[in-house]
Amino acid sequence: MRNWLYLHTRAVSRALARLARQPFGTLLSALVMGIALTLPAGGMILLDHASTLARGVSGKPEISLFLNDDASPAQTDAIRQNLQAEAQIEGIRFVPRDVALKQLENNGLGDVLGGIAANPLPDAFVVTLKGDDPALFDTLSTKMRNWAGIAHVQIDSAWVKRLAALLELVRVTIWVLSVLLGLALAIVTFNTIRLQILTQENEIEVSRLLGATDRFIRRPFYWFGTLQGVLGGLIAVGAVWAGFHVLSAPIAKVGETWGMPVAPVSLNGIEGLAIVAAAAALGWLGTAISVRRYLTM
Amino acid sequence: MIVFDRVTKRYPGGYTALDGVNLRIAPGELVVLSGHSGAGKSTLFKLIPAIVRPTTGTVMLNDQDVSRLPKRAIPYLRRNIGLVLQESRLLFDRSVYDNILLPLIINGQPPSEAARRVSAALDRVGLSGREKEFPAGLSGGEQQRVAIARAFVNRPSILIADEPTAHLDPVYASEIAELFKSFNSAGVTVLVATHDTSLFRHWSPRRIALDHGRLMEQ
Repeated sequence: MRNWLYLHTRAVSRALARLARQPFGTLLSALVMGIALTLPAGGMILLDHASTLARGVSGKPEISLFLNDDASPAQTDAIRQNLQAEAQIEGIRFVPRDVALKQLENNGLGDVLGGIAANPLPDAFVVTLKGDDPALFDTLSTKMRNWAGIAHVQIDSAWVKRLAALLELVRVTIWVLSVLLGLALAIVTFNTIRLQILTQENEIEVSRLLGATDRFIRRPFYWFGTLQGVLGGLIAVGAVWAGFHVLSAPIAKVGETWGMPVAPVSLNGIEGLAIVAAAAALGWLGTAISVRRYLTM
Repeated sequence: MIVFDRVTKRYPGGYTALDGVNLRIAPGELVVLSGHSGAGKSTLFKLIPAIVRPTTGTVMLNDQDVSRLPKRAIPYLRRNIGLVLQESRLLFDRSVYDNILLPLIINGQPPSEAARRVSAALDRVGLSGREKEFPAGLSGGEQQRVAIARAFVNRPSILIADEPTAHLDPVYASEIAELFKSFNSAGVTVLVATHDTSLFRHWSPRRIALDHGRLMEQ
């Protein structure tokens, strides 16, 4: 175990020495990796914030149940009990016709309503659901339409569908981008390691003659690729952090215009670690392909 | 014991480097191999650590058939063989110390033991105090001595040297020859290929020669 650690320590120090020997090349490769990672990493985190913002702007998805004008109190109670029995319903609010009329008057429609003799509005229930799955809205509204005393069921799920579709599109786009850029990064590492192997041909050959195993010879290259990935990941973390720092104020302004206070977009420790780990994994992957291709005895 | 049994080595393209070679080398022997350029000396030496494989025949090392050794076993075979090549093949970006240390690291020696052995090896080849220098700052003879130190630092039972004095002046060459004799006196089997067979004349080594891939005992 001690020898294993010693060998890895030596391999790490050799890899660091090789990285330090070509500071410009190392920086360029790390920048390429960092910049390529910034886009998907920042996009994913921004998507999370955008989803939260969109939910906040549009409020909780609702279903409105308008009652018949001649709905009896018993039917109203039965509808309330039915709603309370539904596991997917989170909140129930009864809006009597008089309250609804007052709300319209408060919204500046008093003059229009003044010309009408009787209150034309029905009593209504407004319910909010636990999830925002469009299919759930469809199922529940179909069921509610069959209840006695219900005149009309209005689902405001169209925006839910649109938002879900939009967010899904963005999510898929970011994933596709992530896979393509990840592949590109693995190829960058693959090529860097290939060049490293070529420049250290003499050392590799001498090591083989002295009895080095493939594992011994490959070890510094694995560390080299992984450390280069870590450097790229750190650059990406820095770039994402800086990007969010710059974008926070404009995003907050957008939130203000919608009457929603938006917390500053930021990168937490776990997200930062995930970016560095992903970059390291891509570096390792590129190295693995390269050494298998070019370092076989 | 090293045994070549009807070994033929034919390279792609048809060139026959060795042709039906039979040879037995006992442990502790000092063998000087001579022959003209292209006679097959290097090929014969490369067969022992399985750098090349015979086309036909077998090469046995301590009852182990080297010619059919699986690839994964070859590194472990080579750790018991010290190799000195015509060019020193040192790593010029590493110090003298690190060059000699390399086989010990490969062999998994603990750092303290490795350091002790490197110091002893440097002392043996007369380069004590030069461990921090880099090969580029050494003369040809000194570079070859570093290569020799690297070859025996792992205490191999066999030392193979292919034209180790080819580019050295006579003074350095005889120093190197004396080094090989001292290893042999310590019980190491030493095989040296050289054009200058007079280098070892004082010690009456076993002399063999290759001519167009055929072995001749002298």
